[in-house]
Amino acid sequence: MIPELGHFALILALSLTVVQAVMPLVGAWKNIPEWIAIARPSVWAQLLFMLVAFACLTYSFIVHDFSVAYVANNSNTELPLLYRISAVWGAHEGSLLLWALALSLWTGGVTVFSRNVPDRMLARVIGVMGLVSIGFLLFMILTSNPFDRLFPVPVQGRDLNPLLQDPGLAIHPPMLYMGYVGFSVAFAFAIAAMLGGKLDAAWAKWSRPWTNVAWMFLTFGIALGSWWAYYELGWGGWWFWDPVENASFMPWIMGTALMHSLAVTEKRGSFKAWTVLLAIFAFSLSLLGTFLVRSGVLTSVHAFATDPTRGVFILMFLAFVVGGSLLLYAIRAPQIRTASQFDVFSRDTALLFNNVLLVVVTASILLGTLYPLAIDALGAGKISVGPPYFNSVFVPLTIPLAMLVGVGALMRWKTDTPSRLVKKLWPVLLVSVVVAMVLMFSFAAEVKPMALVGVVLAIWVMASTIYGIWDRVKDKQKKISALIKAPLGFYGMSMAHFGVGVFIIGITLTSLYSSEKDVRLAPGDNYQLGGYEFAFNGVQRAQGPNYVAHQGNLTVKRDGELVAMLEPEKRFYRAQSNPMTEAAIDAGITRDLFVALGEELKNDNAWSVRLYHKPFIRWIWMGAFLMGLGGLLAACDKRYRVKNKEAA
Amino acid sequence: MNRFALPLGIFTLLVVLLAIGLSLDPREVPSPFIGKPTPVFSLPALYQPDQQFSPQQLEGKVWLFNVWASWCVSCRQEHPLLMQLSKQNLVPIYGLNYKDESNDAKQWLQQWGNPYQLSAHDLTGSVGIDWGVYGVPETFVVDKAGVVRHKHIGPVTVDALENELLPLVKKLQAEG
Amino acid sequence: MNIKFYSLLFIGLLVLSGKLFAGVEIQRFENAQQQQQYKKLIDELRCLVCQNQNLADSDAELAQDLRKKVADMIVSNKSEDEIIDYMVARYGDFVLYRPPFKLQTLLLWLGPFLILVVAVLVLVKNIRAQQAKEKITVASAQKEKARQILEQKEGEK
Repeated sequence: MIPELGHFALILALSLTVVQAVMPLVGAWKNIPEWIAIARPSVWAQLLFMLVAFACLTYSFIVHDFSVAYVANNSNTELPLLYRISAVWGAHEGSLLLWALALSLWTGGVTVFSRNVPDRMLARVIGVMGLVSIGFLLFMILTSNPFDRLFPVPVQGRDLNPLLQDPGLAIHPPMLYMGYVGFSVAFAFAIAAMLGGKLDAAWAKWSRPWTNVAWMFLTFGIALGSWWAYYELGWGGWWFWDPVENASFMPWIMGTALMHSLAVTEKRGSFKAWTVLLAIFAFSLSLLGTFLVRSGVLTSVHAFATDPTRGVFILMFLAFVVGGSLLLYAIRAPQIRTASQFDVFSRDTALLFNNVLLVVVTASILLGTLYPLAIDALGAGKISVGPPYFNSVFVPLTIPLAMLVGVGALMRWKTDTPSRLVKKLWPVLLVSVVVAMVLMFSFAAEVKPMALVGVVLAIWVMASTIYGIWDRVKDKQKKISALIKAPLGFYGMSMAHFGVGVFIIGITLTSLYSSEKDVRLAPGDNYQLGGYEFAFNGVQRAQGPNYVAHQGNLTVKRDGELVAMLEPEKRFYRAQSNPMTEAAIDAGITRDLFVALGEELKNDNAWSVRLYHKPFIRWIWMGAFLMGLGGLLAACDKRYRVKNKEAA
Repeated sequence: MNRFALPLGIFTLLVVLLAIGLSLDPREVPSPFIGKPTPVFSLPALYQPDQQFSPQQLEGKVWLFNVWASWCVSCRQEHPLLMQLSKQNLVPIYGLNYKDESNDAKQWLQQWGNPYQLSAHDLTGSVGIDWGVYGVPETFVVDKAGVVRHKHIGPVTVDALENELLPLVKKLQAEG
Repeated sequence: MNIKFYSLLFIGLLVLSGKLFAGVEIQRFENAQQQQQYKKLIDELRCLVCQNQNLADSDAELAQDLRKKVADMIVSNKSEDEIIDYMVARYGDFVLYRPPFKLQTLLLWLGPFLILVVAVLVLVKNIRAQQAKEKITVASAQKEKARQILEQKEGEK
């Protein structure tokens, strides 16, 4: 009964979404107030039914309703409650439902928080978001129904992939989807503005908080995925340039460019065509990611059960949404351009250059990701493009970007002089270089040139950001008061930029100074790595709710003092045939110690064990966290909450 | 229009590429041996371990080289077809018994039938590596000059047999 | 049917083999350089079974065999190029995560650089054009002002 209710709710939601999409758009076009007024209530109605559908699927999981095929394929009676719930979005059909629900939630949010937006424009925004919703709902109902029944009803379900039975991975998809979907808001605003013909600073102001929050979610989502891969997959890696990882990274980069471009449009009324294009790119790349994961066109660990016929549907949807918006852009962009006036040396140019660099990075990643497909399509064979390519392309491009980070925020709008900037910043540069060298030569066993470059850049970013805060208040009488009065947008920017510096430290030091060793250890053996002594105490049996395990025990000491007790496991989940590794990690701010069990070896109860020393790896995710938090702070700036002061 | 239509133009190309991609299989790895002489090897035959088998012995004949193992589930799928093919006497089938214990292999053949003129026993899998084997089953078509002309990845299906393998075999057999 | 079957089969393999434990094997090398060489090679060679992992991380039997092969070749003093050629001869360029630099991959390796150069050139051109336009605007504004002053002076005469 409940699954039927859920299915029915989906169909109702689709009908309401059609109303939500068509009537406001036509109403705004023909200026019919009653049709425009349909926008808000149709959103609420649609959201209600989406919540019902989602609740029905969740309920089916909680009560083990194996008559629903999706539930039977992704859960069983031994699965703990938390993972029964996260299993709702653990595979293709359910994750689509989550996508569609997220979209309904964001649309609802836009409806609530857009009191300042004129009705006609808001109607267009809601209409465009409705069109996207139609696509997803139609896709679900026609090809990927989560409520499909299974007959005869199996007594026991399969299981949720053990890799997904993890809290970190449980929230990773919701975070990502909130991000992808959130970019649809800026996208909808861009389309609405092009349809209505009016693109001004007010439009940029309305779009900004939505973009910042969406970007925050995507930042957290990607960081969670990376962190999870690190502790769950047992090989200490945190980014593999897998096609689907790239598919999440590209919209993130374009979202970053979009945020910066929106700042210029709001502040200076310029870059309008750029901002619109970036809004289209960010959301288009989100949709492209959805296509890549579900169509089977690329191989990826992240790929859902792939089906080319589903792929055809998404591709047509993609062609319609993105093609349509780019066509609209081609027609309307010449009219929305402004002849903006700024000097060659100004914050405007710096941000323009920043955006150009970010677009180049994104284009390069897209090139590398799709190149194997292109070569295959041309019949020129099969090649692989992996981390060696992406790293050699990506890293050099980030150097100018990192150099710009602190600098851009200090430059004046419209016009500035190099001498003014140099005068302010040369002490900061000097301090950065000196501090970096002191730290490296004091603590690094061997100073590698690339590491030095990375650390200098990172400290430069952090120092110039801190200097930026100081610079803002240094000429004021009441400094503390000025600090308190500074807008959240400013602190958001500073925190995010600072986070970039932290992130660079993490990447540089972990990439260049990690050590790893596979060793044969018998009980009583020990091994030295990275200045730590690992003593192996043997392996015993252990048990979990739906698995049994071999549990190893290691004592880690440094200079004779106990640092950690690590218990890596090799788990055998009842519903799966292959074992899974749970690495044991001693996390620290300056380093992680990481141990994974390999195989039991022939004699003396010995095991092969992998040991890692990973310096500063936490800084990668700490940096990402600061970035995301910065986005949130910026979105909370009070000028977005000021009521109706602008002329619409 | 001009440069504002550039994103649209690039996107259109992208869609075409992705559409083509839907008909391709990204996991299939084509063999670099097509058009090249077979890798050289010498392995004991499964049933006559003191006898060495080497592909040079088959020069002058068109033959199929089928990689199989008793632990391979998909092999069982294609096996009836291979049995049928061997009875038709259209083309000799030679096997590469890949990473298999010889007792398990013999037992398997006894249970399901033996379509092979001879199976080379590759216990360590090193000959498999030399042939670029990455998944079992795989089937190669070798011509009279000892050149690999085709590789079929995965179980042989009726469709593959009728449309790919047999027409090619006939063509190669007609060659001088 | 074929494509669907293979995808299910391979996805099944992927799901089951999951990402479990990287081949934790004890390889013995004569010196640190060989160890490093080994690590680099197995990082950059692609596993053909678990196709989304490199040889270093893959659990597949073929990956184990190939790792052993790489280790053996290093110990017999084969060069990195020879080992790569060996793998490519058997599995094609697909096995390399670092795409080789050849005609087909020219656009791949040069692409990002070209995109950067073109983008920067376009940017510079646009800024220059905008500066020129501004100069003309300023110049014509000044001309207009001069004309007004002259007219005023005329009027005062």
